[in-house]
Amino acid sequence: MPYQIDLDSFKGPLDLLLHLIQKHEMDIYDIPIAEITAQYLATIEVMKSLNLDLAGEFLVMAATLLHIKSRMLLPRDEEETAEEAELDPRAELVQRLLEYQRYRDAAISLEALPILGRDVFVSSPQEPEGDEDEDAEWEPVGLFELVAAFRQLIQDNGEESVHEISRERLSVTDRINQILASLGERGSLAFGDLLPGVVGRNEVVVTFLAMLELVKMRLARLMQNGRDNSIWLYAVEGVDDHCLEQDETLGYS
Amino acid sequence: MVTVDLKALIEGLLLVADGPVRPDRIALLLEIEERQAKTLLQELQQDYERGRRGFALALVDGGFQLRTRPEHAEWIRAFRKSRPFRFSRAALETLAIVAYRQPVTRAEIDYLRGVDSGGVIRTLLDKRLIRILGKKDVPGKPLIYGTSREFLELFGLNDLTGLPTLKEFNDLPPDMLANIEMRAEEQVSSKDDLLE
Repeated sequence: MPYQIDLDSFKGPLDLLLHLIQKHEMDIYDIPIAEITAQYLATIEVMKSLNLDLAGEFLVMAATLLHIKSRMLLPRDEEETAEEAELDPRAELVQRLLEYQRYRDAAISLEALPILGRDVFVSSPQEPEGDEDEDAEWEPVGLFELVAAFRQLIQDNGEESVHEISRERLSVTDRINQILASLGERGSLAFGDLLPGVVGRNEVVVTFLAMLELVKMRLARLMQNGRDNSIWLYAVEGVDDHCLEQDETLGYS
Repeated sequence: MVTVDLKALIEGLLLVADGPVRPDRIALLLEIEERQAKTLLQELQQDYERGRRGFALALVDGGFQLRTRPEHAEWIRAFRKSRPFRFSRAALETLAIVAYRQPVTRAEIDYLRGVDSGGVIRTLLDKRLIRILGKKDVPGKPLIYGTSREFLELFGLNDLTGLPTLKEFNDLPPDMLANIEMRAEEQVSSKDDLLE
């Protein structure tokens, strides 16, 4: 049987199950569990054969379906209490499907609202050119400004010493922790202050990478002062653990 | 003192405002009663509606904002050379869950969607459509999320009660409903056990 499914469009196992239920006109309150399990497994087989990156959640759901199916097949244990015996093994799944369907529908109604910038627009008042307001002068740093700052740093600090015998190897991770510690104390750091004293090119690069990592992890923010173009690193507050919870290796050592 | 037409003055303020304007801000500026400011704003709103103007005065996040009409969107986009943007379904689903269930944890979102939502949550935080409300007082102290002011502005909502009504469960067969309720209670009680 030729099988046409838009696999990319499934946002998860619940989405796929709902699709199968609707496609085969099954009653969601009385799902034929054997049939849906077969359909579900067939679909993820196709996904596998296409070498699609099959998210683990799809496999968990497959196991859940098989488990429910087996519970429906097995004769009821006589020792089960009357309460347990009455529990439909499908109940939790049905509840999750219905709940998911609610939010899927809600997402569709959200998208139907008049969205700013898509359906409705506001006038765009231009900012005054003058620079009386100090607060308004901080802007996010662009890539080119960063590159320019880096070049400046390299020029200022980049001379490799001819006498160098031993090199202190500083890791990006160490540097990150150092910068975080200073940020914790002072709240903000000028870009130039990251590298006090005379340092080697190696350290400049490590420091720069550390700074970029911090920004990537959203632990720090880079802002540029519009008046003298100095770049400052700011601590980001209040987002501590949602950044750290991603157990991400930094990729440098 | 020169008498000014307050309504026209407010119209001018609305034109240059950088966000929704609350009546109390106008009242403070013009030294009038807040009630009067609100009445004038509502009159303007009706004027635009009756006059079939190219913009409407929308009530957004407790304030008033001049917005173009949705039926003109295509021409305005072309005029502004802006590309129409679309939300991914994952983003919309997550946004819907946060909007209707807030305060909500990442684990709850993952469970409801059946998939890992970490990436989507981060994107929505980046776009400031959702924000961290704090930490839930349960083991692990997970972060809880809610929608932001920017969310209301984006979708043109005055407050969260303006969200489209969430569909209720269609009538479940009574026996299954009983099962589900029992199960829900079980889950709650087992969670309590954990806490003790």
